[in-house]
Amino acid sequence: MKTLLSALAGLMLAVSLAWASPGPDEQMEDPALEARALALYAQLRCVVCQSQSIRDSNAPLAEDMRGVVRERLLAGDSDAEALDYLQERYGDYVLMMPPLQGNTIGLFLIPALVFLGGAAGLAAFVWHQSRRSRELEDEDDVARAQALDEEEGLS
Amino acid sequence: MTRLVLFLPLIGFLVMAVYFGLGLREDPSEIPSQLIERELPAFDLPPIEGFETGLASTDLVGQVSLLNVFGSWCPPCAVEHPMLMQIARSGVVPIYGIDWKDPPGAGSAWLERHGNPYQRVGDDAAGRTAIDLGITGAPETFIIDHTGRVRYRHVGVITDEIWTGTLRPLVEHLQAEARP
Repeated sequence: MKTLLSALAGLMLAVSLAWASPGPDEQMEDPALEARALALYAQLRCVVCQSQSIRDSNAPLAEDMRGVVRERLLAGDSDAEALDYLQERYGDYVLMMPPLQGNTIGLFLIPALVFLGGAAGLAAFVWHQSRRSRELEDEDDVARAQALDEEEGLS
Repeated sequence: MTRLVLFLPLIGFLVMAVYFGLGLREDPSEIPSQLIERELPAFDLPPIEGFETGLASTDLVGQVSLLNVFGSWCPPCAVEHPMLMQIARSGVVPIYGIDWKDPPGAGSAWLERHGNPYQRVGDDAAGRTAIDLGITGAPETFIIDHTGRVRYRHVGVITDEIWTGTLRPLVEHLQAEARP
């Protein structure tokens, strides 16, 4: 049983290594460029398998896109220029992080507005409750004072 | 007033339900093309094995045409192929092909087996032209007007319905536009 499990684990490891992307033949010679390339891969969406970055995807198109990134870096592009190159061809969709602009502003604003609205609602509720309980206390006090007065025959 | 406030969550829920409900009707896998109303990116592709001529972007200037990206490895392309043959036979519009990421010889073997609907085929073995075109998967088809501008892109198989309902009317409209 144990040997079967370890064999399975070994097989899975081998498969995952075989599937790991970017592949070993995609390494850039210059470690500084390789680091930049890896960071860029993570920022670009695989357009076939859209919830993955091209760093995580094994789709042939993602492989080609990684190739394009390396070519751009070797051609002396800055990180922003390399991203622009693909954005020009695939649009904003290719960026994992949507840019802040007119049609995406809701993405950034709505969660903040919902949070602020909830916080304001909660604050208003708490304030209202505490005021009401204070008022009730006051009413209680008046009633009790009257009762005492009556008891002592003052009124 | 306070009664109305109690309905706010329900109203909020209904607004979101309608919004997300509409969102479900859209196809999230379809990425809008960046090429619409823009000039076709320049390319000059070599011929596939056994063919004399390749395909350059300049070949598409001068008449309305379809540019179809396919691959012998692509199952939906096999589904689409009879439709392309039918369009080619009808003579309504010339079809140009880009053989995307096929191993040498695979494209021409495919055309020999299934018939060749294309006026010219370019070999994009490296897939760089496909990236310039913003291709997300095969098959994809562009409608190019007579000035070499991209006017429409269809992602996926051209069905009879899409051809008669969408592509053909647009092609005929652009052909009428091209006539002086």
